[in-house]
Amino acid sequence: MPPAPDPLRADGFAGVRLHVVTGKGGTGKTTVAAALAVALANRGLKVLLAEVEGRQGISQTFDVPPLPTTEVRVAGAAHGGEVVGLAVDAKTALLEYLQLFYKLGRAGGVLERFGAIDFATTIAPGVRDLLLIGRVYEASRRRLDAKHHRGSPPEELAYDAIVLDAPPTGRIPRFLSVGAEVAGLARMGPIHSQAGSITELLHSPATRVHVVTLLEEMPVQETVDAVAELRELGMPVGAVIINQARAREDLDALADLDEPRATHPVAAAQLAADLDAVGLDLPPATVEALLDQVHRHTERVALEVEQLAVLEAIGQPLVTVPFLIDGIDLDAVTEIADLLADQGMVP
Amino acid sequence: MARTAELDIDALLADRHTRIVVCCGSGGVGKTTTAAALALRAAEAGRQVVVLTIDPARRLAQSLGLTELDNVPRPVTGLADDAAPGGRLDAMMLDMKRTFDEVVLAHSTPEAAEQILANPFYQAVSSSFAGTQEYMAMEKLGQLRSRADREGTWDLIVVDTPPSRSALDFLDAPKRLGSFLDGRFIRLIAAPAKMGGRAGLRLVNVGIGLVSKTLTTVLGGEMLRDVQTFVNALDTMFGGFRERADLTYALLKEGGTAFVVVAAPERDALREASYFVARLEQEGMPLAGVVVNRMQPSAAAGLTAARARAVAEQLAEADRPAASAALSLHAEVSDVAARHRNLVRRFTAGHPSIPVVEVASLAQDVHDVDGLREVARRLAG
Repeated sequence: MPPAPDPLRADGFAGVRLHVVTGKGGTGKTTVAAALAVALANRGLKVLLAEVEGRQGISQTFDVPPLPTTEVRVAGAAHGGEVVGLAVDAKTALLEYLQLFYKLGRAGGVLERFGAIDFATTIAPGVRDLLLIGRVYEASRRRLDAKHHRGSPPEELAYDAIVLDAPPTGRIPRFLSVGAEVAGLARMGPIHSQAGSITELLHSPATRVHVVTLLEEMPVQETVDAVAELRELGMPVGAVIINQARAREDLDALADLDEPRATHPVAAAQLAADLDAVGLDLPPATVEALLDQVHRHTERVALEVEQLAVLEAIGQPLVTVPFLIDGIDLDAVTEIADLLADQGMVP
Repeated sequence: MARTAELDIDALLADRHTRIVVCCGSGGVGKTTTAAALALRAAEAGRQVVVLTIDPARRLAQSLGLTELDNVPRPVTGLADDAAPGGRLDAMMLDMKRTFDEVVLAHSTPEAAEQILANPFYQAVSSSFAGTQEYMAMEKLGQLRSRADREGTWDLIVVDTPPSRSALDFLDAPKRLGSFLDGRFIRLIAAPAKMGGRAGLRLVNVGIGLVSKTLTTVLGGEMLRDVQTFVNALDTMFGGFRERADLTYALLKEGGTAFVVVAAPERDALREASYFVARLEQEGMPLAGVVVNRMQPSAAAGLTAARARAVAEQLAEADRPAASAALSLHAEVSDVAARHRNLVRRFTAGHPSIPVVEVASLAQDVHDVDGLREVARRLAG
């Protein structure tokens, strides 16, 4: 078993509608985001899983064809739950946005021909990030009946929860504060108010930013830094999710064979005797190699324990996902979803 | 073995024709560490090296003696006593805002520079625009190279690339800048006085008035004025800026440049590596090979995972928990090692002509020059 995690929130982040998942590159944030979406869907919720980096991570994780720029169902779940995938594309989002708010009609096409769309989505400061978040914001507010009128009872929201596979930790504070930044650049007008609404959502109790990490020095350091920065920005930080924890259930038993030296005479004799008891006679070199492995593992776990202490000091709920030896496929995502649910990541 | 060649790092670094090594790959694969280790190994083999790191982890930066981010190369001490004579290693961290400011100052009049530096749009672009890091890494590489040529300071530049959302961003940055500068939009926005009215008619394209009107509606008049001031002010220096970006891009295609793609034995990282390899080929950029970090080392190869697992069960039944744990650990390690080998095998099968080197994962992060030297030793096979 992985080292015991902090006692988790009893309510499983009830009331949170937007789960932002970040993490250093290579920590598995896309997998964890997908698993969280599945865990929520398993509770019967309609979940939108959105990615914003144009990597088609959702399509790869759920083993479905590359996502178009529209929302596509990628997985069903018990009790009517489902995961809908969205690969947010900045250009499409901008054209949709212009159409929605300015009823531009043909001007949208003209802007495109003049390169204004390219300018806005690749060069203009912050606009790209604002569009990406804006698209997620729009989905979070959308209601099933578009013809909803004032006075009539509110219609059901299109999504019960949204999981955003966000940019990596190095970019996340900037990404999430882009609303505030752009609101500052555009001091009034529609962009200003739009950016303001986004900022409001990101700071509200309906949002949590979860950080995925490995129990290694660099990702842990980045996690500590990111949490501090997010707190400073007033963003609600959620869980720290420890991915690929190596410690095994039989760690204590292994420790009996750990002889921290270049050679392992005592442990070698013990292991050879144990093996002999079941009629296995291995060459001394193989026994040595097995003991080297034991030593490397206990050494690694000792480092993990150090890093865990650093994470505990952050004071956020910790969730642990063990290292899966078969690598990551759809089955692994399902398995991780259950682990997240068991540890209180969902209501 | 399906593989045709092992990537010979020492031969690459010893070749005096190698003047630039670019390390690229997706995030979290050990790109920066690889760049620093290559630079150290080259320096200890007698080359005069500068390594440009983009966003090093604190400990790695400290291990190189980089305590402050001052945007200039600093000598790294602690080269091995038995290092080849004549070698030296300088290291620097990229400060993108400072690099951008320097470009502005170098290419504009003092008055124009002042105006640009104070513009809110410039401040946002230079410090927070996703993509600026790529431009500035390219700019800094160009600067280091011209200094190397001018002063003979270095005969090898090792560059780490920014932690982009995609490894390809680094290659696309100069082109994106180019298309932006060539675009009609920039001319339009830089010349507000000509918009609409007679100018619009003269340009035949009646859409221009519509664009102008739309921009004002969407951005608001004030923001549009800020953008215009920014673009106008930058216009004066764009020529030089762009010329350099093009030059640096061309430099990357030359024989003296070697791209090293860094990956990890994970599906996503290797897929990204495949994209990069294909892209380099398409652009005619010289690829030296692929480094696959974080490989699970395997030992006691004579004992298969299946057998170890069976024996572990027997040992558990015989109430020998320690030995049982050791054998089941071996089974797990062997499975992971086999999975890693398979992933790499699949990659090499798809790219038979590309040299690859596999590097076993380290128990801990690099803290000092000695740790870096160990990484380098493993890289060299």
